[in-house]
Amino acid sequence: MKSKITRIILITVSFIFIGGMLVLPLSSVIVYALRDGIKAYKEAVFDEYTVKALYLTIIATMSAVALNTLFGIFAAWTITKFNFRGKQLLTTLIDIPFAISPVIAGLLFILIFGRVGWAYDFIEKYNIKIVFAIPGIILATIFVTFPFVSREIIPVLNSQGKDEEEAAALMGADGFKIFRKITLPHMKWALLYGVILCTARAMGEFGAVSVLSGHLRGKTNTLPLHVEILYNEFNLTSAFAVSSILVIMAIIILILRNIVEYKGKKAGEL
Amino acid sequence: MKELIKKTKGKYGKKIIPGFGISMGITISFLSLIVLIPMASIIVNASGLSFEEFIGIVTEKQVVSGYKVSFLCAFIAALINSGFGVILAWVLVKYEFPGKRILDGLIELPFALPTAVAGITLTALYSDKGWIGKIFAGAGIQIAYTKVGIIIAMVFIGIPFVVRAIQPVLEKLDTQYEEAATMLGASGSKTFLKVILPEIFPAMLTGFGLALARGIGEYGSVVFIAGNIPYKTQIAPLLIMTKLEQYKYADATGIALVMLIASFLILLIINIVQSYMNKVTNN
Repeated sequence: MKSKITRIILITVSFIFIGGMLVLPLSSVIVYALRDGIKAYKEAVFDEYTVKALYLTIIATMSAVALNTLFGIFAAWTITKFNFRGKQLLTTLIDIPFAISPVIAGLLFILIFGRVGWAYDFIEKYNIKIVFAIPGIILATIFVTFPFVSREIIPVLNSQGKDEEEAAALMGADGFKIFRKITLPHMKWALLYGVILCTARAMGEFGAVSVLSGHLRGKTNTLPLHVEILYNEFNLTSAFAVSSILVIMAIIILILRNIVEYKGKKAGEL
Repeated sequence: MKELIKKTKGKYGKKIIPGFGISMGITISFLSLIVLIPMASIIVNASGLSFEEFIGIVTEKQVVSGYKVSFLCAFIAALINSGFGVILAWVLVKYEFPGKRILDGLIELPFALPTAVAGITLTALYSDKGWIGKIFAGAGIQIAYTKVGIIIAMVFIGIPFVVRAIQPVLEKLDTQYEEAATMLGASGSKTFLKVILPEIFPAMLTGFGLALARGIGEYGSVVFIAGNIPYKTQIAPLLIMTKLEQYKYADATGIALVMLIASFLILLIINIVQSYMNKVTNN
């Protein structure tokens, strides 16, 4: 009897907490966005600058996901399939971006490519723009999401060992064939999971990108930065309308995440 | 098969699987270009400062108050998250109820929702005119643009860290200890405190540490609700931002360095406490 009461109390507390802390903010975005009617909403969403910002967000996200997936696979292959000294150190170094404030991540690249940076003269000579330009935004996005894919696949590959790969190698399969036929099928759900998390973080990155963007409308504005500009101009309805695009993307990502987690658990990976 | 592999290992050296050189090369190159060289830059840049300059920068009144706000709020938020994190993980692991899968799926929302969106939404909700802020404003309590607002934003972004750290440990926990304790006559709360809590404490600590580190460094979701009143609600990451806007690169570097050291210390302390705890519980 007593445990039944505890149970009801705990479940209620959980629902109230999640409802109040997470669901309420999510639904309020939609309500605020539609406050001035559908027409105002459409205007904000299809505004020229919003579309350009969405475009840049997609470019930055895709670059980060592509590069970090490639890196994640090579890093996981190195760490889980071979024995070498300094493995623990390598794993720790890869995780560094996870522990760093996004603002500091942005600062790092200012200190390299900015006016005081040591690479400034070099990139100036070749007329490359990084700070306050699109390459800087992409670079910052790559940095903050760097460990996301490798973190998800390393534990999976570790737990599966390397016997099968070694057997294949002894029978004469080359590295790419081993990867394609043995390793990839073992880790596909974990890989997909990492890609999803990486996408989520990359499209929403704010602090690091904010430092490097210079907030040039229509040029170096990603969606989250565009939201900030609209908000600071007290253009609240537009800010929430643009936010709603990101909310929809976030919900799609959450649903995908749950499907992949479910499938991965079924396959015994995650 | 294993025998064969062992034999060939001896004969051909350790590495049977091909591709060590190239994958190691690519890993190290990417790591250096994206992470190590940028990290080295901040240290090189900071070493350009003399010790007096550095101390001057980080003991400036505004900077010290920025650190205080960030650390204090992140600490309180991580504590709150540890409490609710245990409850949520417990409910998700031990009970069956309608809506459980949705509740479980929602935990990750703060990871998926862009921080800037979270920031402006929380501000709108908790400002004096917002849905929740209105209720508290009636009682004379202001939430947005105070430390309470900062803490709420940090609770929002920190909760998944704690829940996801504790959940797997609770799932693996053998129920027979619990049952034994109950049969020996321990009350529910006593069983929890004496049997379950010690088991999940290391995981709780990991979650606490991750939430704390994230809270200290967090910018997007906090900066809007903080209101950035000097000496009151100005967070440390915002100070870096402000210094950069004024082209005071040395100041920004100094402030960042202290934050970096602090986050690494937090992670280090947690690791040490954890390995100590593991030793104790294993014996």
